Amino acid sequence: MKTTLTVNGTTHEVEADTRTSLLDALRNHLDLTGSKKGCDHGQCGACTVIVNGRRINSCLTLACMHDGDEITTIEGIGTAEQLSEMQANFVKHDGYQCGYCTPGQICSATAMLDEAKAGWPSNVSGDLTGTIDLTDDEIAERMSGNICRCAAYPNIVDAIRETAEGRK
Amino acid sequence: MKDLTDIPTAKVVMDKPDTRNRLDHMAQGVIHKGLPRPDGPLKVAGVATYAHEDQPEGMLTGVLVRAPVSSGKMTGLNAEEIRAMDGVRGVFHGKTFLRNPAQGTANEAPIQPDGEIFYIGQPMALVVADSFEQARHAAKTVKLQIERSDAVTDLSKAEAEEQEDQYSAQGDLDGAMKDAAFTVDQTYRTPGHTSNAMEPHAAIAQWDGKKLTVRASCQMLKYNVNELADSLDLEPSQVHLLTPFTGGGFGAKLGISHEAVAAGHAAMELGAPVAVVLSRQQVAEATMRRSETVQQIRLAADAEGRLTGIGHTATVSNLPDEPFAEPVTQATPFIYRGENREVGMKVKRINSMAAGSVRAPGEAVGLTALEIAMDELARASGVDPVELRKINVPEVDPSDGRDFSSNTLVEALDDGARAFGWADRETGRTDGDWLIGYGMASATRVNMIGESHARITLEDGKVLVETDMTDVGTGTYAILTQIAAEMLGVDPAHVTVDLGNSDHPKAAGSGGSWGASSSGSSVFVACENLRSRIAEEMGVEETDLTLQDGIARAANTQRELASFGTLAVEGVIDAGKTGEDVRQATFGSFFAEVGVNRVSGEVRVRRMHGSFAAGRILNEMTARSQCLGGMTFGIGMALTEELMFDPRDGHLVNNDMAEYHVPVNLDVPQLTVNFLEERDPWANPMQAKGIGELGICGAGASIVNAIYDACGVRVRDLPATMDKLLSGLPDL
Repeated sequence: MKTTLTVNGTTHEVEADTRTSLLDALRNHLDLTGSKKGCDHGQCGACTVIVNGRRINSCLTLACMHDGDEITTIEGIGTAEQLSEMQANFVKHDGYQCGYCTPGQICSATAMLDEAKAGWPSNVSGDLTGTIDLTDDEIAERMSGNICRCAAYPNIVDAIRETAEGRK
Repeated sequence: MKDLTDIPTAKVVMDKPDTRNRLDHMAQGVIHKGLPRPDGPLKVAGVATYAHEDQPEGMLTGVLVRAPVSSGKMTGLNAEEIRAMDGVRGVFHGKTFLRNPAQGTANEAPIQPDGEIFYIGQPMALVVADSFEQARHAAKTVKLQIERSDAVTDLSKAEAEEQEDQYSAQGDLDGAMKDAAFTVDQTYRTPGHTSNAMEPHAAIAQWDGKKLTVRASCQMLKYNVNELADSLDLEPSQVHLLTPFTGGGFGAKLGISHEAVAAGHAAMELGAPVAVVLSRQQVAEATMRRSETVQQIRLAADAEGRLTGIGHTATVSNLPDEPFAEPVTQATPFIYRGENREVGMKVKRINSMAAGSVRAPGEAVGLTALEIAMDELARASGVDPVELRKINVPEVDPSDGRDFSSNTLVEALDDGARAFGWADRETGRTDGDWLIGYGMASATRVNMIGESHARITLEDGKVLVETDMTDVGTGTYAILTQIAAEMLGVDPAHVTVDLGNSDHPKAAGSGGSWGASSSGSSVFVACENLRSRIAEEMGVEETDLTLQDGIARAANTQRELASFGTLAVEGVIDAGKTGEDVRQATFGSFFAEVGVNRVSGEVRVRRMHGSFAAGRILNEMTARSQCLGGMTFGIGMALTEELMFDPRDGHLVNNDMAEYHVPVNLDVPQLTVNFLEERDPWANPMQAKGIGELGICGAGASIVNAIYDACGVRVRDLPATMDKLLSGLPDL
């Protein structure tokens, strides 16, 4: 089945099986292997991409459901030669070890900053309607859908905090 | 282009301590510093190539089919029906399929049972199709024909075999227990654990008629090449493994596994590249588990808390004929004093997935139980838990009288206590509904090196390091860059490290905390050789040579490194007498503050600190990250991680990340880590020791001990889930 996906600003016509997840379409049809398959069940977050401005688990959605959608993957956030601020801060703070969950962490963190800026509360927010102060607990809670078995969590929080502060 | 046949070899066998501390006398000033990983930009940009990233043209996809019963013989399958399905290119089963992955350093094929079934989830067949979706559907349509047989699936009914070679006793422990002022005699249980590396096991195999090239997710290529060749009846020279990046291992990728063998077999049969990736459920069911343990610990102490006896006997499990037994008591012979001692191991045979190495096999669970027992002794004797451990640090290894290469446990305990504020802790504190408690534990892990080779080429002032060593997230790219840059006096930006290619000189591989010491020392030895050759050409002693920023200086002359032409050498390190003459280990301490919810029994770790000594720290940032990882594994072990097997049929109930709970970001506070300044001359020429596993060894005990401090419930059956605390919580 043919689906039109706009990925990182480029429009692609993808001819894929109706059973193909968005993640597998990116990896196996568009050769965008930055998005990772850690569990294929929406449990680990390694496949996180940004669809129409919101972060989602790309393994939990079929490619054919995204006709006309705007998708940002890790490849659209920055390149190894020209890192985004978030990516550079992950390098600076060692916000990874094996690096397999990292593209998902960075896509998730990038979209999360927008959510916080828009005032979305989280499970640890004291106030559901006020502005969000991105404390360490707020960052950690909002990033708890992205598992890092190497457990770079404290460094991931440091990297995101520095990026958030740089944007103030 | 260098001629590989004409490269000299420089070899060091560690038969005597190296007290020269050469790295301290170099001029570049990059060793030990927290150099960001040179491979970092590739990882954060999503272009690091793990096993399933570099997909060749025409690649087919295979999906493995699991055994649905725990014992029996597969006699066939509905192959005709499967072959007729859309896109299917082949259906394979039979004698190449592995029962379970190879154990670490096995160096030969694991058991290939030719259709015999030993556990639910054992991969029995492979369906290959044009696309993943087709292969997955076809694999789910496979019906295995099976003759079932009896299985042992209930551990409580399995018989335990005594491991005679692992039993040792000295003195009279029974007598010591009788005469002691204070004793602990308790049984502790830890459940099975799974590594859950984020990258599932994956392989892409290509066969050109003579050679099999496999991109795979591995930890130890030199062994994996032989294991894969043996599994497929090939010569090792016919197997080429590529693992530039491994998405985590933690022991699960030490030995060759189902996906690489099945992909290789199918690629050879079909004459096309074949990818096989284990699903998360298959990783959980069919790779390696840490065995559950039942540990009886006996401690006898005098009126001051000095240990007079230690007993530690453990029962673990594994598949029939599988040689690995979780070495639970590994640290018990040397960590604390006491003249009356007994350690022993028993193994139960069960129809359940293979037990093998999961981060720090042995100490991870064995020391954790011992450190809970030490907390019980502290409570019984009234001696402060830190003080109790300090007064029990032995002068020499009490089990055999050997000296320690270094023993920094006392310093680590003091440093940790200071950093955490142990003396100022306020016991009995509450914070709303949270009961606050504090706990601590010692850390130790045995230390060793393995034979390791690396080729260094210095050309135009730039350095190339080549070895088949892997970087499983440990920071190998960073530390080998730093060692070469420091020794040869070049900017780290002028060092290229090329790893994970089995055509390169063979390294020890990643595992057992020996990777950095072993592969790093091979680079060190190679660089010392190049320094000697540069010095010789300049007519000076090597020790009078200063290499810095691409310039060689000595005796009032200087030359650019680029002017020496091309210099190459293969450096080799090997273990020698220093591994036997002294007891080598790393040491540390953990301190934790927890909150126990007085209503629900939920436990939150509020603060956690680790102080560690592991000889020279090669990169303080990546070393710290290793410790963060170990401590977080400890949080998981203490609070949530538990493999659950159904005793009726042995199947793994929680085979995914939704049901097997590893810590997530909010479960882990901003952990703090200190390193003690140390050089261990017995370890290797860099005076560095392993740091990859020390952070988990005992970590969970600091949390369990803090739970007791908070609410008075002593958990001896991990993990400390809410149900185990609720009934013992103080009245509201």
